[in-house]
Amino acid sequence: MSDTIFPAGPVHLRQGSSIGQPLTRRDGVLKVTGQADFAADHHPDGMLYAVIAHSRIARGRVVSLDLDAARAHPGVVAVMTPKNRPALALDPDAKFHPFMFRMDLLQNDRVRYPHQAIAVVIAETFEAATEGAALLAPHYESEPARVGLDGAEVFVPATVGVGNPSRTEIGDVIAGLAQAAHRIEAVYETDTQYHNPMEPHAIVAHWDGDKLHIDTPSQGMAMAQGRIGGLFGISPENIHIRSPFLGGGFGSKGMFSGPMVLGILAARLVGRPVKLVLKREQMYGPVGHRAPSRQTIRMGADREGRLTAIEVHARTASSTFDDFFEAPADVAHTLYACPAIATSHEAVRLDTGTPLFMRAPGEAPGSIALESAIDEMALACGIDPLAFRLINYAEFEPISGRPFSSKALRECYDQGAARFGWADRPMAARQMRDADGMLVGWGMGTATFPALMFAAKARAVLRRDGHGVMETGAHDMGQGAWTAFAQIAADSLGLDLGAIEFKAGSSDLPDAGIAGGSAHTATVGAAIHDAGAGVIAKLADLAMADPRSLLHGAGNVGVIARNGRLHRRDDESRSESYGEILARAGLDAIDATGSGTMDPAAQQHYAMHAHGAVFAEVKVDPMLGQIRVTRLVGAFAAGRIINPHLVRSQYYGGMIWGASFTLHEHAIIDRRSGRPLNADLGEYHIPVNADIPSIEAILVDEHDPFVNALGIKGVGEIAITGTAGAIANAVWHATGIRVRQFPIALERMLG
Amino acid sequence: MNRFDYVRPATIAEAVKAGSLPGSAYLAGGTNLVDLMKIGAMRPERLVDVSHLPGLGAIEWLEGGAVRIGALVRNADLAHDAAFARSFPAVAEALLSGASPQLRNAATVGGNLLQRTRCAYFQDVAASCGKRTPGAACEAIGGDTRLAAVLGWSERCIATNPSDFCVPLAALDAVVEIHGPAGARSVAFDAFHVLPGDDPARETVLSAGELVTSIVLPAEAAGFSGHSRYLKVRDRTSYAFALVSAAVGLRFEHGRIAEARIALGGVAAKPWRARAAEEILAGAHLSDALCGVAAEAALAEATPSGDNAFKIGLAQRIIVRALAMAAAGTPQHLPALPASPFASATGGLVYV
Amino acid sequence: MTHSITLTINGARHDLTLDDPRVTLLDLLRERLDLTGSKKGCDRGQCGACTILLDGRRQNACLALAVSHDGADILTIEGVAQGDVLHPVQAAFIAHDGFQCGFCTPGQIMSAIGLIGEGQAGTDPERIREGMSGNLCRCGAYAGITAAVLDASVQLEQADRRDAA
Ligand SMILES: Cc1cc2nc3c(=O)[nH]c(=O)nc-3n(C[C@H](O)[C@H](O)[C@H](O)COP(=O)(O)OP(=O)(O)OC[C@H]3O[C@@H](n4cnc5c(N)ncnc54)[C@H](O)[C@@H]3O)c2cc1C
Ligand code: FES
Ligand code: FES
Repeated sequence: MSDTIFPAGPVHLRQGSSIGQPLTRRDGVLKVTGQADFAADHHPDGMLYAVIAHSRIARGRVVSLDLDAARAHPGVVAVMTPKNRPALALDPDAKFHPFMFRMDLLQNDRVRYPHQAIAVVIAETFEAATEGAALLAPHYESEPARVGLDGAEVFVPATVGVGNPSRTEIGDVIAGLAQAAHRIEAVYETDTQYHNPMEPHAIVAHWDGDKLHIDTPSQGMAMAQGRIGGLFGISPENIHIRSPFLGGGFGSKGMFSGPMVLGILAARLVGRPVKLVLKREQMYGPVGHRAPSRQTIRMGADREGRLTAIEVHARTASSTFDDFFEAPADVAHTLYACPAIATSHEAVRLDTGTPLFMRAPGEAPGSIALESAIDEMALACGIDPLAFRLINYAEFEPISGRPFSSKALRECYDQGAARFGWADRPMAARQMRDADGMLVGWGMGTATFPALMFAAKARAVLRRDGHGVMETGAHDMGQGAWTAFAQIAADSLGLDLGAIEFKAGSSDLPDAGIAGGSAHTATVGAAIHDAGAGVIAKLADLAMADPRSLLHGAGNVGVIARNGRLHRRDDESRSESYGEILARAGLDAIDATGSGTMDPAAQQHYAMHAHGAVFAEVKVDPMLGQIRVTRLVGAFAAGRIINPHLVRSQYYGGMIWGASFTLHEHAIIDRRSGRPLNADLGEYHIPVNADIPSIEAILVDEHDPFVNALGIKGVGEIAITGTAGAIANAVWHATGIRVRQFPIALERMLG
Repeated sequence: MNRFDYVRPATIAEAVKAGSLPGSAYLAGGTNLVDLMKIGAMRPERLVDVSHLPGLGAIEWLEGGAVRIGALVRNADLAHDAAFARSFPAVAEALLSGASPQLRNAATVGGNLLQRTRCAYFQDVAASCGKRTPGAACEAIGGDTRLAAVLGWSERCIATNPSDFCVPLAALDAVVEIHGPAGARSVAFDAFHVLPGDDPARETVLSAGELVTSIVLPAEAAGFSGHSRYLKVRDRTSYAFALVSAAVGLRFEHGRIAEARIALGGVAAKPWRARAAEEILAGAHLSDALCGVAAEAALAEATPSGDNAFKIGLAQRIIVRALAMAAAGTPQHLPALPASPFASATGGLVYV
Repeated sequence: MTHSITLTINGARHDLTLDDPRVTLLDLLRERLDLTGSKKGCDRGQCGACTILLDGRRQNACLALAVSHDGADILTIEGVAQGDVLHPVQAAFIAHDGFQCGFCTPGQIMSAIGLIGEGQAGTDPERIREGMSGNLCRCGAYAGITAAVLDASVQLEQADRRDAA
């Protein structure tokens, strides 16, 4: 049962029992029967198919396209090129703020990365459009591609991450290293990764005069409306986006992307509805990626194993034409107590699409390097990796000196270690084998992710029939928005889950901000909570002001909203149903809007992070080098858990991404042409079911009165961090071989 | 995908006639051909759909214990045929380690033999490739060569054959039966795929219009059934092509190896029969030292075609391991993870 | 040239005229027959999102040319539940949270039904994991998927035994 109090005015209390329940997904039946409608499932009358022709060079110019061949293909209706692309109100290269990303919308003949759109073919059938695009057979003038972290001039970006300084320092790192009894220095490299949600980006666009209807998976509908409105010179209200389900986003569907705009342009060009779905190959270019990184870490510790200095210097990459710089080094700001910490970033510009937020952007590559280095440092000190982390446990945030709003990391370490059996781990590497002779290794890592809040709105309605409605333009990417938000909504209205209707996934609902930064549940949850408070307050006012009501004159005592009834707080036996109150007031319904944002004062006082501890077991074939993660145990503390069922799934997903990070996924890029060689799902390996034989997530209790009204921290991204390093450390423990290039190639195990 | 004519012949003769026309390609399960057409790596003008041809879908036991496998038998059906798997366990294990269950349900054995390389430069139509464009240079050379060949490659092509199924077939001296415009003929498996030499576009001995109708495993091949394994090293536990693989069959007489069969996958443009290694083992007592010598002999002529020297050592190791596994005896049931280093023979794993 | 084919889809007979032999079963279902439950994740046999049962066997609809499957009997995710009654595999996916975004789910479920029908995996979790490895899930719902398939296999086995008794 959750009890939430809001101040201001009479103190009303709302009680509900939905929050915290392990309910199965409310959209479950739709998803298991194939009825959940994803964007590409739509098919308005008269719809045509648009297929993008993409560049096969990394840099240069398109010299010619065989338009005649494409047009001659039966069924081809139009070919959109820079020559006939409908005009836009805004230059696609215009940039008014850091999160307005430049797009390739056929503004000229230039190619600035592989798989950039160079034309769009529109046809009566998918088959005709696809072949029409192939028949364009472009000729290029190409220039040498800039590939890899050593492939271009190095510079220091003005800011990294979300506006962080590229360099941060506390204490004296040089002195800290000098006085250390033990020191390590190592270079860690992570590779280019692509989000690859299972659902490729897709849009069905339909113009109705100056009004635009689109079905597209979006992690931020209101922002998309703004971006599209700007490009087309139409008001955002004239754009209706439906996005009830995303087939995964992981950051790649946060910013409205160029190819989706091309779908809208194509619909405008032909004056008919158009469907445009990216081929899997086209997911490797214009819709973001995680840049490669190279991190040089120096660390020192005194005789007792207390860290004296941490220095992380990271190189990252952006595109040649836009700015997005991951900030992997900044993970060192929060995790381990240390008097001297210095982090710095530098970058190169490569002929790739612009990188973008990808699940735990910065934190994931930063964490695998830092957690590996901590493991190396612990070994240098001769201390067990868990004991070492406890010695260096940060009681306050090292970089800022702020206290944590809450931090149950010690409990995570305890519970995770106990469940895993960590105490039995031998210190040295290459000590354990299984019955088949496989090398066995155990490793651990600390997980961390900031508890963020953006801004969101919601609208609550109470109806005379006793039912409630909660509306917010929230997004379900698989995290379980339809269920978790309905649970929050039910409690916020003091109603049973069955008595509320929850609406989301459409841009004509209140702006729910962006589903990213693991902040959606906290932010939208707060807005829902607030909207519920507002409407209950209105209802209470109605009742208390009405002399015929049993609640009349409850005044400052306040009421309790529970199960569709308001009770006097001082005498709960005096109660009335919502319906009775509304009926007497002659109202069919009342409503209120609410909003959720961070509390700047709390933010200033406290460092807010979720934490976790991940323990991994790997097996390595001593002869053949093949690696398998045979066991993962993660314990995470992330404030209040709305629905343990959904949260556990989020942790599993993150942990599997961690396994993928350490052992599997990366783009292979031809160092001469700059072309990705595995732009597919066959050779771009993500884990399959058989790669994950055993996974457990422990939900550690944590009460946080400061993060937000509901005490929620995010759970979507944290589990990659910690896990990736834990697996890397387990590989070392199994084999004695420390690999610092990720993903770990099995040939590195051959010794 | 380019436009094409679709024809569905009713007989082998009709198929061969249509297949002999320039620009024809046979369509069986389509899991390789349709994929390559989608990415533009193959652009046939005519698809001759052989998937409905009568008489090519049976597993037929011949006198003496040989077996004839019709070209249209699905990979999954062959692997799950109990009698077949008992006689030729390494073949079943290889089949089950390939692709995914869905794909194995569609893929035919004929199509598996003819599947084309997974070399990224072959698949990328923007790259220069002598397989796609006769005479063109090999762009894989100097590029990403992790998956490339270490045996039998040429300056024209360093691609590898990706098939798992073909590896034990090479080891077991299978025979490929073919119908063509000039009638029927049989080709020894080891002679079926050819090395790239100067003409990497030519991948098998098939000439225009020739159709694989069946594959025969000779009775002798069943003599290895008690000591036969397939082992495959890959970048994830399942649903991945081999980095390197090996099929091994041993026949023991009076405690000695009477005969050994070894073939490697993932190392050359064809499944690589390691005869020199077989000869070293024949007549000898199995020992670690001898396995090492044999493995070295198998790779004696190997040279890296790029940054892939590790594959030579890995291939030697996989031979040694596969020999040990085969010597230990074929397991009663195929392991839960076929051909995986992580498949203990019992199928059991500690953590479930 | 047009091609006439007949398919039985979810029990209903469809006499179809194809104007193009390039149409795959997946695009036929999704774009021409409004059966959009089967999903396209890669269009190249590399993800399993398009898995359907073709003559009772699970296959990737994206690599199957429709013309080549004249006469086939097809079951898609839309045909799995009996009215409002979910198939045990579907119910188990919900109970075990065998999905998050749900995009791979129709393919996972069809694959699971195929796997159980093949009878090769039984109730060995390791065999189930291997047998479900042709279906990628980027959300990482594998633990729930395996548990769901295991659970449904047991239920279906028991139901079979009851039927036999
Ligand atoms: C994602 C993915 C993963 C895979 N992983 C593996 C793996 O790990 N191991 C592995 O071994 N394979 C793997 N495969 C390949 C798969 O095994 C082949 O695609 C399949 O065996 C081809 O059989 P098919 O019947 O579908 O052939 P088709 O695609 O129909 O044909 C393939 C080729 O053979 C020709 N052909 C077909 N039948 C005949 C015949 N009877 N006579 C002459 N020519 C013929 C065709 O013209 C065509 O060129 C994978 C495939 C995919 C898509
Ligand atoms: S869409 Fe068919 S396997 Fe991916
Ligand atoms: S549930 Fe999202 S891809 Fe599987």
